[in-house]
Amino acid sequence: MSETIPTPGTPLAADAAASVDGGLVHGLYRDGDKIADTAAPAGPIDKKWTTRKFEAHLVNPANRRKLSVIIVGTGLAGGAAAATLGEAGYHVKSFCYQDSPRRAHSIAAQGGINAAKNYKEDGDSTHRLFYDTVKGGDYRSRETNVYRLAEVSANIIDQCVAQGVPFAREYGGLLDNRSFGGVQVSRTFYARGQTGQQLLIGAYQALERQVAAGTVTSYTRHEMLELVVVDGRARGIIARDMVTGEIQTHLADVVVLATGGYGNVFFLSTNAMGSNVTAGWRAHRKGAYFGNPCYTQIHPTCIPVSGDHQSKLTLMSESLRNDGRIWVPKRREDCEKDPRDIPEEDRDYYLERIYPSFGNLVPRDIASRQAKNVCDEGRGVGPKVGDFRRGVYLDFTDALKRMSAEAVGEKYGNLLDMYHRITGDNPYEVPMRIYPAVHYTMGGLWVDYDLQSNVPGLFVTGEANFSDHGANRLGASALMQGLADGYFVLPNTIRDYLSHAPYPAVSEDHPAVVEARDAVQRRVDTLLSINGERTVDSFHKELGHIMWEYCGMERSEEGLRKGIDLIRSLRAEFWRNVRVLGAADTLNQSLEKAGRVADFLELGELMCIDALHRRESCGGHFRAESQTEDGEALRHDDGYLYVAAWEFGGSPDGGDTGIPILHKEDLVYQAIELKQRSYK
Amino acid sequence: MNLTLNIWRQDGPEAPGRMVTYQLADVSGDMSFLEMLDVLNESLITKGEEPIAFDSDCREGICGMCGLMISGNAHGPVTTTTCQLHMREFHDGDSITIEPWRADAFPMIKDLVVDRSSFDRIIQAGGFISANTGSAPEAHSVPVEKRKADRAFEAAACIGCGACVAACPNASAMLFMGAKVTHLGELPQGQPERYARVVKMVAQHDHEGFGGCTNTGACADACPKEIPLDVINTLNRDLRGALGRGR
Repeated sequence: MSETIPTPGTPLAADAAASVDGGLVHGLYRDGDKIADTAAPAGPIDKKWTTRKFEAHLVNPANRRKLSVIIVGTGLAGGAAAATLGEAGYHVKSFCYQDSPRRAHSIAAQGGINAAKNYKEDGDSTHRLFYDTVKGGDYRSRETNVYRLAEVSANIIDQCVAQGVPFAREYGGLLDNRSFGGVQVSRTFYARGQTGQQLLIGAYQALERQVAAGTVTSYTRHEMLELVVVDGRARGIIARDMVTGEIQTHLADVVVLATGGYGNVFFLSTNAMGSNVTAGWRAHRKGAYFGNPCYTQIHPTCIPVSGDHQSKLTLMSESLRNDGRIWVPKRREDCEKDPRDIPEEDRDYYLERIYPSFGNLVPRDIASRQAKNVCDEGRGVGPKVGDFRRGVYLDFTDALKRMSAEAVGEKYGNLLDMYHRITGDNPYEVPMRIYPAVHYTMGGLWVDYDLQSNVPGLFVTGEANFSDHGANRLGASALMQGLADGYFVLPNTIRDYLSHAPYPAVSEDHPAVVEARDAVQRRVDTLLSINGERTVDSFHKELGHIMWEYCGMERSEEGLRKGIDLIRSLRAEFWRNVRVLGAADTLNQSLEKAGRVADFLELGELMCIDALHRRESCGGHFRAESQTEDGEALRHDDGYLYVAAWEFGGSPDGGDTGIPILHKEDLVYQAIELKQRSYK
Repeated sequence: MNLTLNIWRQDGPEAPGRMVTYQLADVSGDMSFLEMLDVLNESLITKGEEPIAFDSDCREGICGMCGLMISGNAHGPVTTTTCQLHMREFHDGDSITIEPWRADAFPMIKDLVVDRSSFDRIIQAGGFISANTGSAPEAHSVPVEKRKADRAFEAAACIGCGACVAACPNASAMLFMGAKVTHLGELPQGQPERYARVVKMVAQHDHEGFGGCTNTGACADACPKEIPLDVINTLNRDLRGALGRGR
């Protein structure tokens, strides 16, 4: 791999181009004070976590049961934390909107989980995993957090094996590893294509064991609709029982949001149907900063859209890129042909052509953007959806010749079968078609080294926070972060916060609690009373189109401004013209969706503003105005080496979103030298 | 294609249920079964009728949230989850009957949605290995024979959807339970609790109101993850072993 020192800033960089008008930057937001992480202790990076654990105060075991913790979300980050804090003896309330904690969307992760075990003796180490993760995130993550992630990664594997997670093993009985996501060591542990499922079931079983032990109370089919903040501290949530419609108040000493990502703002994504931003967005409206909302990961190997009825996109593990070759026809007129009739010389294996050393294994952001580029050139394949063909071939013909069908089936059988089932095409006979889809959101609520937001007593873990993946997440590192946060990081840092507890008792009649409960009730009543002309899904789809078109793989100032205008008018129409039928006191799936879409309509605008303000290309965020002569992403460390942490600028209790306020956290790299990524 | 859909509607747990017939035109073969229901629901809302409640989440066949009885088959005519069933499996003019899972241990909530929390309580009874966070030994300290690891994995593929119960003439959850007992019992880490586990889980299963197993095999036929029937043999063997040990 070649690496070059970054070119000095170009005129496009940074605030030089930012216009300030009437106190509003770009006419859209205000600049606020700088912020910094003050939770990480001093000292060398490899000693910080040990120091922090030692300095975190202890809680006497006899006192723990008197301390209460609310954890929203039961995926890897939430489930693991609930189980671990229950084992420690705290009184935990665990919430999920699904009918069982086992269904959280962590379950759908296919590929694997990274850990710096160096079982292959191929030069891996904590430092290398740390380095790869920071570099993969295009130098936009916080160094200290990422180092700790790499540090605890090995413990995760030990813990999961002890729980009975059936990782793939070699004939000698030891764990197998594979290389994944373009890294050059084999550090990925996996359970066929179902790694997320197996890890989640491990955490789920540990959680249910604590339910039986009486330390954890599980609230399934419950949705958090508001955060309760009393005297500046997070003290509880307002939740709706989705079966009875009851609006409930749950109070505690501390609140943890482990509520996943917000990719469904695009309507079509690889997220589950119910994945949403409501918990995080409600906390944002109550003061929690939202970090880097525009950082979205678009995954290159998804099954293309087949029509307007499409409700979600299905990812196929990018391990397919290890043996599959990606191509499109050289000439537009060949795009309608049967791919098997297109001779070798008329095919453009564009990744192999542009990136000879990494070829089909370039990182996700690059593979995705190049697929978009060839389709924009009119060389996409597959059926037209709208005016365009949005697909490229992922071809296993060479692999089938080289390895035999049996060997390919052994390695990729479940993925190829899934493709066959969804599309009706047999990948053993015809090249598959793939297209990028929204997969993961690196942005999320801002947290410090302790995973605590700027609202004391509100902790945020897993995909819901912003901290570990910078502008682009490496493969097999989401599972790692979820479990690192849940099993090992949060239980240590939350202990320090709880050591100062119990906090003053809060009654359900406290004005702040009543206000939060009333706000939820008002919102439910309003949604049910508008009785307009359009369904919730029609608004969600339109928002998704706007986001994909103007805040998707490639963004420009002009497009983002247009996107912001469109979102504002769509949001206004929503509150005037949405139709939600049924009642409040029963299972009402339209009502649930309406609340989530209402919050997506606010988040979408902030994502566009964040994308607009960041006039650089980095990671999954590509700005048309910031590219090299040959069309590669151009980062501007001189202007944008910071986390954009947005403060909500409107009234927290209702009304519109107001003017957001930007707080910058400068990113300081002491253990790693900044470099411009190059995969050529 | 044009379809006739006969769908179970029930306003709430105590309300009487009924079959309602809907006509749906222009269904594409590329739609998933649930996308077909989405389209129907959009048209119902537009007409001012309340949409049909049904469960789904990941829509990629792994979370286990969806599950419909489709013309008498759990998850429909092919071996997959409802969300991964596509309309190309049907034909123009077909009449399709859509019902919820029916079992005493899965109480009705609304329309096609049932309460499967009894599955969670079976897991609470013993479907785990007791290994507190931080207590684990180095992962390579206990090698696991590949044959056993593979069988554990095969059983662990269960998604807890409940199709086995819905398909069983006795509404038994033996396949669900056998899968967990086999997953954990094949692994060395699962040995210390192996016999206590099976006894507690079976007791909870019976307490929840699931029926007894008469080895019809309907469960394994319906299982979208193809959990093999022999996990029930494993469960029975462990249960006999446990009772022989006076547990």
